[in-house]
Amino acid sequence: MGCDGATEVGTGRGKSASTLIFTILFSVLALGGVVVSAGAWDSVMQLHALLFAAFCVGAVVFLGSDTLNTPEGAYRERVVRAGVIASTFWGVVGFIVGLVIALQLAFPALNLDTSFTNFGRLRPLHTSAVIFAFGGNVLIATSFYVVQKTSRASLFGNGLSWFVFWGYQLFIVMAATSYLMGATQGREYAEPEWHVDLWLTVVWVSYLVVFLGTLMKRKEPHIYVANWFYLGFIVTIAMLHLGNNLAVPISPFSSRSVALFSGVQDALIQWWYGHNAVGFFLTAGFLAIMYYFVPKAVGRPVYSYRLSIIHFWALIFLYIWAGPHHLHYTALPDWSQTLGMVFSVMLWMPSWGGMINGLMTLSGAWDKLRTDPVVRMMVVSIAFYGMSTFEGPLMSIKAVNSLSHYTDWTIGHVHSGALGWVAYVSFGAIYCLAKWCWGRKQLYSTRLVEWHFWVSTLGIVLYISSMWVAGIMQGLMWRAYDNLGFLKYSFVESVEQMHIYYVIRAGGGLLFVIGSLIMAFNIYKTIKGDVRKGEEVIEPALSAAE
Amino acid sequence: MSDKHEKDIDQISGVETTGHEWDGIKELNNPLPKWWLYTFYATILFAIGYTIVYPSWPFPSGDGWTYVKGTADYAQRTDVAEEIGAVKAEQAKYVDEIRSADFAAITANDELHDFALQGGKAAFGDNCAGCHGSGAQGFTGFPNLNDDDWLWGGTIDAIYTTIQHGIRSETDPETRLSDMPRFLADGILDRDGVLDVTEYVLSLSGKAEDEARVARGAVIYEEQCVACHMEGGAGSHDLGAPKLSDAIWLYGGDRAAVYETVAYARRGVMPAWAGRLDEATIKQLALYVYSLGGGEAAPVESMESR
Repeated sequence: MGCDGATEVGTGRGKSASTLIFTILFSVLALGGVVVSAGAWDSVMQLHALLFAAFCVGAVVFLGSDTLNTPEGAYRERVVRAGVIASTFWGVVGFIVGLVIALQLAFPALNLDTSFTNFGRLRPLHTSAVIFAFGGNVLIATSFYVVQKTSRASLFGNGLSWFVFWGYQLFIVMAATSYLMGATQGREYAEPEWHVDLWLTVVWVSYLVVFLGTLMKRKEPHIYVANWFYLGFIVTIAMLHLGNNLAVPISPFSSRSVALFSGVQDALIQWWYGHNAVGFFLTAGFLAIMYYFVPKAVGRPVYSYRLSIIHFWALIFLYIWAGPHHLHYTALPDWSQTLGMVFSVMLWMPSWGGMINGLMTLSGAWDKLRTDPVVRMMVVSIAFYGMSTFEGPLMSIKAVNSLSHYTDWTIGHVHSGALGWVAYVSFGAIYCLAKWCWGRKQLYSTRLVEWHFWVSTLGIVLYISSMWVAGIMQGLMWRAYDNLGFLKYSFVESVEQMHIYYVIRAGGGLLFVIGSLIMAFNIYKTIKGDVRKGEEVIEPALSAAE
Repeated sequence: MSDKHEKDIDQISGVETTGHEWDGIKELNNPLPKWWLYTFYATILFAIGYTIVYPSWPFPSGDGWTYVKGTADYAQRTDVAEEIGAVKAEQAKYVDEIRSADFAAITANDELHDFALQGGKAAFGDNCAGCHGSGAQGFTGFPNLNDDDWLWGGTIDAIYTTIQHGIRSETDPETRLSDMPRFLADGILDRDGVLDVTEYVLSLSGKAEDEARVARGAVIYEEQCVACHMEGGAGSHDLGAPKLSDAIWLYGGDRAAVYETVAYARRGVMPAWAGRLDEATIKQLALYVYSLGGGEAAPVESMESR
């Protein structure tokens, strides 16, 4: 503790000089933003340069405020708190946009005949909002918390960690406005144009510095497994982001750019990125969350150290080669498709290593499944993780893929992972952090967590089962031939058959949205420090002796 | 584990921990589950086996790169080409006959006719359903092909010509072309005149409400419309002029829609399919559309030639 105090003082002394430097830097950048905005070729660049300028002005104000100089405890928790709030907010937004586009598919009139609200623009808004805005904020917030706690060191870079947080929010706002205004690179999950990509690169490198810096000043001899996963995620995402966004801007004043690769090479790079966004962002990152929050919440040791080390390295090594399975039966050469498939099949057990370690950590505390809905949420997330990481390798097998590809089965698969795994483990972490970071003894209401759990779970089940049925039906209709060698169904006929499943899916989505709103309310009340009437936990008299 | 770590046994499971602790989290020293390990090995063996059989590992050779071709001698392109080739070969005898025979001969041969209808249905789904609907039921602005109301004629030959050359196609000089004036926009009639003639047109199907307008509209109809739409709104297939006395309306038959049509005209388009689709497919499409229920009987002379 005393040691921590000393570092605080140390940073405090250097503050005035660095504050001055950064104030000047951000002022210059703000000016630059205004200049670019004034000379912009298109409205997207005009808006984004202005947003950037506003961000820089905000940074100057922030530097002038007392936020950075207000002392914190042994750990920096304020930036984590900001992350918890941002995660909850973006989660709800992302889920609602998802519900809207699900309804658009069922009832096309809801496209409203304006370019801003049509499915083509809202779909990337949904995917980016849930993956990067919700998932990304959860990852940043939890990693900032976990790396401090498991390193017994306060977060490296006080101002830098705040820059990561706010810089990331700027990235989200720029990406979202791009889509709505029709600016896109047309690369799935990497839609933002070059200037947004550059900004994210700056933020991401700062994130890496904060994380590594904290690890380097750790007071534990070893690095905890959750941090391996976080580090793997941060480093690989940086590599993927740079690789897939290589493009030449047509002008510094334009939001348009030309991609460096073309044709099948371009497609392969895109899916090398796309699949590993799943592998490293949505899998490795959230496994890190699991490795900290599950043992912490159930109070049991991790099941097997050996398993964690083997499955970590196997996962990291194998995932990166699996991308070509997104391009089965395309112009991609056979040899590349084969390798994409076999690496995906080999991924099955390394993925399940995480599931085993997560589930078996509960041995000796299974009763918590009944008593603690937050734990139950995380355990169900591990079960969904196991299910989708079995389904994934299965769908990568070419014979299966020839049926499943381009159908809504893929959408169902993605959502069993996204809703069941990513969102549920995130909800678990958010509930925990709302208690821990605000020093609350208990959540506002455990019963509301129960409601959240059951409403959302029902939603997920409706979602994924309707998409399984719909997807397999689509696949079968598309490949059906009659006895004379003609296609039995036209594409339009398969679309007509989808309607009822799209309605059911939207219903599942609605339940999931309701669940997330229940959570948002619960988190808000918990942060306020309220406890729901009748749910006050009476401290057991003997707890001190424990 | 090295002796630096203190031995620590977890009370509940009786398993040794690794001796590390992070924020209260410990790790048990359980071995890898056997079933997990062996399944992992099995997937690796499968992967190795699969890459021996199918095209896989790339390696440098000479001045470029090549790859393991695999023992199965498999290539996706060859595979799909063979599959399509086999189907095409099966279909060839029918397709060739359809290409050379006239419609009467095709309809007289049940087997050939069945093939043409099935092929026509598939081609319709791929090419026509987008506008005409998968059941050919049509939408506002896109004709229903199931009924017996035809703009350009409903005999097989007429349908065939329509599909070949399209409607108002910019690429086909022989395209079906009718050009109703935009009576209001082109200044031929004033607003009142359009309202009058609208009322008259509505009267042909018994929907008129204003007798005075009908009477004035009848005069305008005689001057402006009758040349194409014929006496009593009977319409003309030769001119592509719709029948106005029935309940079937391409752009809607209420007062507002008819007014809109008279005032600004409607100019729907259909592509010319000759050149886009081969001759045999167009013939199959014509036979299929004819079969949908609304086809008109062939003129007498072709009946005789049967």
